[in-house]
Amino acid sequence: MTAMNTRGTEQVVQDKVAAMRHAARPPEGGPGASGLRSRLPGLVVPVGLVVLLACLPLLDLSLPGVLPGATYTPGTLHLLALAMVMAGAALSYHLLFGVAGLLSFGHALYFGLGAYGLGIVMEGLGLGLVPAAVLVLVVGLVMATLLGAVSLQVTGIPFAMVTLAFAQAGFVLVRKNPGKLTGGEEGLRLPTDYVPDWLVGVADTRNLYWVALAALVLAFAVVTWVQRSRAGHVAEAVRENELRVQVLGMRPFLVKLAIFVAASVIASGMGMVHLLLNSGAVPHTLSAEFTISLLLMVVLGGVGSRWGAVAGAFVYVVLSQRLAVLAQSSAIDDLPAVLRIPLSEPMFILGTIFILVVMFLPGGLAALGLRVRALFSRRAAAPPEDRSGTPGALVQEDDQQR
Amino acid sequence: MSTVILLAVTGVGLGAIYFLVACGLSLIYGLMGVLNFAHGVFLSLGAFLGLEVAQLLGASTWTGFAVSLLVGALAGAVFAAATERILVQRLYNRHIEQVLVTVGLGLAAVALFDGIWGTDPRFPRGPSWLGETTGVAGASIPNVVFIAIVSAAAVLASIVLFLKHTRYGMIIRAGVENRSMVTALGIDVRTAFTLVFTIGGAAAGIGGVLASHHFGYVSPMLGQTLLIFAFIVTVIGGLGSLIGAAVASVLVALLQQFANFYLWGTGDFAVVVLLALVLLTRPSGLMGRKA
Repeated sequence: MTAMNTRGTEQVVQDKVAAMRHAARPPEGGPGASGLRSRLPGLVVPVGLVVLLACLPLLDLSLPGVLPGATYTPGTLHLLALAMVMAGAALSYHLLFGVAGLLSFGHALYFGLGAYGLGIVMEGLGLGLVPAAVLVLVVGLVMATLLGAVSLQVTGIPFAMVTLAFAQAGFVLVRKNPGKLTGGEEGLRLPTDYVPDWLVGVADTRNLYWVALAALVLAFAVVTWVQRSRAGHVAEAVRENELRVQVLGMRPFLVKLAIFVAASVIASGMGMVHLLLNSGAVPHTLSAEFTISLLLMVVLGGVGSRWGAVAGAFVYVVLSQRLAVLAQSSAIDDLPAVLRIPLSEPMFILGTIFILVVMFLPGGLAALGLRVRALFSRRAAAPPEDRSGTPGALVQEDDQQR
Repeated sequence: MSTVILLAVTGVGLGAIYFLVACGLSLIYGLMGVLNFAHGVFLSLGAFLGLEVAQLLGASTWTGFAVSLLVGALAGAVFAAATERILVQRLYNRHIEQVLVTVGLGLAAVALFDGIWGTDPRFPRGPSWLGETTGVAGASIPNVVFIAIVSAAAVLASIVLFLKHTRYGMIIRAGVENRSMVTALGIDVRTAFTLVFTIGGAAAGIGGVLASHHFGYVSPMLGQTLLIFAFIVTVIGGLGSLIGAAVASVLVALLQQFANFYLWGTGDFAVVVLLALVLLTRPSGLMGRKA
């Protein structure tokens, strides 16, 4: 416990120093410009991955057991696009939970706001896709600022409950179908008249896939930028020791609010892509279970790691789809009831995996990746140090990876 | 006037059910700092097993009803104790991980109940008296409301007596006050941890059986739906305060009932607004200690 605290304090000092250096840097230099060349080799893998993902709709690859069909088929593209949308949402949750240490149970509210808001604005005001999207983002920004300012009056577990209550209010509102705007339990259908033709219909799934990929790349870039900005550094410091940051003369509230708003706006953006992808929005996107699934992805991937959040989302989405298919199969049907019932419930298996990860693999997939890498590299002499499992320790490692 | 009485009495009845869920949450949080997201599944398990037992013994008899309450309490208690021993205790003092484990357990257990009992709601039957109404000052109150109120009052009284007059109750109270001091005095607080989980689980199990009669159905999601209101109740009442939870349960349920009737079905919003107001004026809740 004490070791963890000292490390946390060191982290605060490091962050403070980093923030001061950042401030001292001449403005015209721009952050990152000088470090770009040294970072270039590190960019090869992500850029390659994005190019590969972008080419998938044109290729005929199959991964039996993982993907439902060849990569150019609409079913597979839809699943992958869904995984990318969820990865973007998980990244925004990473910003809240992994960076700022804010455990929110109401993040779905902003995702749902994006999905429902876009549909309602297009239908109600007769706006085109782009102006409507901008308007919804502005609404999301205002709402996140207001609700965030109220919720951030408290910290820790009470904060989790307050955000949960706000999201629950939104969930109830959407299901009540006020003014026949949201479609109640049935959900909202995408008003296709206002959407460009190339984004509608099953044949155009690959266009939606590219939109989802672009949204994910954008979300990743924005999250990286926020995390490396001064606000991001201070937020990490606040997570480790709020009082100390206050003593240093900074205002934790404003920084946390900024992170909260940024995460909420990104979530709204991903919600809009979700609306286009599924040709509609359902109340589930505002529910507590939805937020919990984001939390699941982030923890599965490894708290504090951006790549972890993305990987966690892909694993979660693909696994829940495959497990649902598996549940229907005859192999499961023939088992005795004791095995059949648990195995035919995807959420039971995912929940169990989640518990096991929390208990036995605190760093999630990211830590697993690091361990595997350590096994293969010569530096195996320095195995991954004792993992305390706090977001702080993990973020620190994420930073060292850069 | 009779409408007001009807709303008030049914409101207190709903509050009684909220309290049965919230008292465990509040005790657990107060002693261990854990927000228990699996508390709703203790309730659902109690409700389902209570229903099964009542059907075995004859659902319309009073024996069946009494045994179903007992079985509900037992099921909740055993499940809760197992949760604490197997999952929560291994993550000692790591609060976020403890919360995450209970979140995972909540997901897995709801899915398991879906598999065992199906996603469709099931409708419990009780003694015929439960389905009838009694006239109070011109308002006809469903009898199940009285049972809920009496049970919750009995649970509150027995928990208070237990906390005030037994050795373990004293340890729990002292632990809520200052856990490190209790540990320093050489008392094993872990037994107390298991104990609060057991008590909370039992109360939730009783709440489950009563809720199934009060709402007229049981479904795997019943517990998690009630849990959200129980969370709000615990925050408004002040985390860790038993009396605060009792007061807040009644307050929240009354507000919900009256707003639903007089303010065009806006009960859930009124509750969220109340939560925001309480947090802005008294962040530690009505009866919580100053942070």
